[in-house]
Amino acid sequence: MRIAIASGKGGTGKTFVSTNLFAVAEKEFHNVTLVDCDAEEPNVSEFINGKTISTEIIKQHLPVIDKEACVYCGKCRHWCNYNAIICLPDNKQIYLIEDLCHDCGACLAACQYNAITEIEKRLGTVSVKQCSNHSRTIEARLDIGVYSPISVIKAALNKAQDTEIMLIDSPPGISCSFIATIVPADFIVLVTEPTPFGLNDLKLSVETLEQLKKTFGVVVNRTGLGDDRVYDWLEEKQIPLLMKIPFDKNIARIYSQSRLLVREDPSYAIHFLNLLKAIEGLCKK
Amino acid sequence: MKIAITSTGNSPESTLDSRFGRCSYFVIYDTESGTTEFIPNPNKEAMEGAGPASIQLVASKGVEKVISGEFGGKVKAIFDSLKIQLVIVNDRTMTIAHIIEMVSK
Repeated sequence: MRIAIASGKGGTGKTFVSTNLFAVAEKEFHNVTLVDCDAEEPNVSEFINGKTISTEIIKQHLPVIDKEACVYCGKCRHWCNYNAIICLPDNKQIYLIEDLCHDCGACLAACQYNAITEIEKRLGTVSVKQCSNHSRTIEARLDIGVYSPISVIKAALNKAQDTEIMLIDSPPGISCSFIATIVPADFIVLVTEPTPFGLNDLKLSVETLEQLKKTFGVVVNRTGLGDDRVYDWLEEKQIPLLMKIPFDKNIARIYSQSRLLVREDPSYAIHFLNLLKAIEGLCKK
Repeated sequence: MKIAITSTGNSPESTLDSRFGRCSYFVIYDTESGTTEFIPNPNKEAMEGAGPASIQLVASKGVEKVISGEFGGKVKAIFDSLKIQLVIVNDRTMTIAHIIEMVSK
């Protein structure tokens, strides 16, 4: 069972939910992996300790154009599906926009003048940590300044195959990086807060998941804040409300000290176990 | 000199399009002949790289100056190296006819 924990709005509590779910899943299942896919700011390791067993450097290829050999025919530009090459024969200029390159190799195949070779560019790392004899975390970490986290996220998810329970801490928003984490998931938990911002971004996330025909439910964090519009909307749309977590100073304190609520408060261990069981139930439907 | 202006429509009464890469039309204005050409922007809905693809378009037309509302991060350095001047107009209600009149002076 692969469960992605996502949210439209940032800071609603994705990592809070995924780390606490991990802690209860560890007790219930034989093989549990939490993949931190928030590659631009991974922070699962702030909450879950483990021994690093491997760190892989993730790279991509980038074309290098030899301006002496180039005849400015423009074939590489035409073959590039991502507008990563600008070729101006009149000016005898050719440019590569590195950030747009998807490492597909089309330009290399297109060039008949041997003017294109490739170099490797470092994108980030994927680290695997063993937490107990049957649980581990995998962290996708993007290097500072790298444009797209997709390759690093996919490499992290690939390492998590063959696990009984895979929890995925998704990046915020609904862009490609979010999509990359929910496509392999059987179920998506959308974490939101009862504020106008939370509701607005929840609607965007739901729209995306509906288009992708995904099964999902919602956790409302910091209840007592804001208003009732999020609950009215969930009812109207008949979206399962999986759990409500109150706006509570003690919960915030525990989180800010990098501790797990389910280990501090037994009643929450039960709430999160119930959440896991509710997800399991909805997955089987 | 040829100048590219980003436009919301295909007539001189259209207003300036505030985006460079994803504008609706490019107006290529030739200050010597006084002619204008309206080109629908094929990169308007591009998934990625609308800016670089639009540089390809305007630079191929031999323009030396581009007038728009704003330019994205990927394009500025390339325009610099091509020695194409960028002009930012903040008034989004300004018409193409008005801009042409201003640059013709």
